[in-house]
Amino acid sequence: MSSIGIVAPQSMQFATPLPLQSGASLADYTLVYETYGVLNAQRSNAVLICHALNASHHVAGIHHADDTSRGWWDNMVGPGKPVDTDRFFVIGVNNLGSCFGSTGPMHHNAATGKPYGASFPVVTVEDWVHAQARLADALGIDCFAAVMGGSLGGMQAMAWSMMYAQRVRHCVVIASAPRLSAQNIAFNDVARQAILTDPDYHGGDFYAHGVVPKNGLRVARMVGHITYLSNDDMAEKFGRELRSGAYQFGYGVDFEIESYLRYQGDKFSQYFDANTYLLITKALDYFDPARAYDGDLTRAMAGTTAHFLVVSFSTDWRFAPARSREIVQALVNNRRCVTYAEIDAPHGHDAFLLDDARYMQCARAYYERVWEEVRA
Amino acid sequence: MNFAELSRLRPDLAFIAHWVAPQSHVLDLGCGEGVMLDYLQSDKRCTGYGVEIDDQEIPRCIARGVQVVQQDLEAGLAIFADDVFDTVLCLSALQMMKNVEGILRDITRVGQEAIVSFPNFAYWPHRLALLRGTMPVSKSLPYEWYDTPNLRCATIHDFKELADRVGLEVLECVALEDGHPVSFLPNWRGSLAVFRLRKKRLIPHPSGIAQHER
Repeated sequence: MSSIGIVAPQSMQFATPLPLQSGASLADYTLVYETYGVLNAQRSNAVLICHALNASHHVAGIHHADDTSRGWWDNMVGPGKPVDTDRFFVIGVNNLGSCFGSTGPMHHNAATGKPYGASFPVVTVEDWVHAQARLADALGIDCFAAVMGGSLGGMQAMAWSMMYAQRVRHCVVIASAPRLSAQNIAFNDVARQAILTDPDYHGGDFYAHGVVPKNGLRVARMVGHITYLSNDDMAEKFGRELRSGAYQFGYGVDFEIESYLRYQGDKFSQYFDANTYLLITKALDYFDPARAYDGDLTRAMAGTTAHFLVVSFSTDWRFAPARSREIVQALVNNRRCVTYAEIDAPHGHDAFLLDDARYMQCARAYYERVWEEVRA
Repeated sequence: MNFAELSRLRPDLAFIAHWVAPQSHVLDLGCGEGVMLDYLQSDKRCTGYGVEIDDQEIPRCIARGVQVVQQDLEAGLAIFADDVFDTVLCLSALQMMKNVEGILRDITRVGQEAIVSFPNFAYWPHRLALLRGTMPVSKSLPYEWYDTPNLRCATIHDFKELADRVGLEVLECVALEDGHPVSFLPNWRGSLAVFRLRKKRLIPHPSGIAQHER
């Protein structure tokens, strides 16, 4: 199936300060985004795609003719794809604090003339959603046909359904959770500690020193990567395969899995910003919409009006099916329209980015319904 | 979906549908592709959810606009709160379950009324097959003994006893043959047993311990 082809990012400046959940505020900021398809005259066919930890506004397509890497959800979004860009006006937006274009720690703080670094304010899922809503305002979209995301992106979709209930007709939450577990937070903190204790981190001002905390980022990514794969998947891909066929009796690379994780870590440390990693993992940890309701997610979701599609994957232990069922339970308790698919897939958390026929059929069938509503 | 379409597609469901009051909140356990809920939503303005385990059926439910929760019924109905459904449907699904009593207790917990159907093992062709010394294979039990998903064989008589034990009162019991009720010798002539049940009401007892209404 064809991809959307060459796409170009756009950016929008916002001069009105954005108050943040922490009490701080961003005086002004830029959001980088991409759009695919055409907004219809009624402005009723817009779909917002929210990204997860290490992704961006580049959801689908390629940036130039020789571009070998496609957008992170190119299998889901495009012409003829489940989120069909021949029907929908799809928006991918890069979140604040990211290192892919929207205002983040690498950018200059006008107040100091220096990069924000570690002084970039801690942003939450709710802060992102408020910023995305301002972009929607600027694009003239009062109500989204759907807001969709996987993992941390799913949290943003959920937050939209609660914070801007009237602006979301459908909410698609994939491989996500209503809050992180202690185990999830623990993994995130190991990753943060790896960065924070790297001598090259320099309290977050490593830009001035001309270095990056590469080792910290590598370890952070290695830890993260372990949690994205299932035990079975890792066993099947790597098993106990040895890189050179024999034990080396040292601390270099013996096993294939070590080689793979180090490669992933190295690659990641070359393009991802350490301060962004810290920020985004904190946003994950803090997300807990039920917190204001004594932990009662049913009450937290009482104000939602959207229809929901919730999807989880059987071998995802980072955002396990049980966590998605908590979301479904809260919606069922509120008698909301919700469909829940639990896909028996071997690929762990990563499954939400992969092509599983059952998963794609559910998404496709769901967006057919969304489209019928848009057309009606 | 209207009644004529439902009658054509599934005459058994068409018969059962008349027991569901308009605007009920309905739970359909083992809802398949969602035909029943599709009809109840569009013709009787009902709301509710289906529960289905089969991957193939989930997109079909979505396509019909039926809200479905994918899960194994054996795992129980913990996702649903007490007393929230007006009617719980469990149609031709019970006989495939290991923990029949457990799911019936859960049905009693989440619903006010229940409609349960299952193949009647005492249907006369089944009895005849057994007399001949072979396990019955029929339209309602279309499997060989070695590949059947039906773990439980029950008759109309058997089910009444279990219903009583889990706190369900039988309001109506009908045997269907080709979707039509059989009034003469139903436990012989009906291939599908259909029960309409109600949660027994708890009434205060002088001992202070609430008793089931008899």
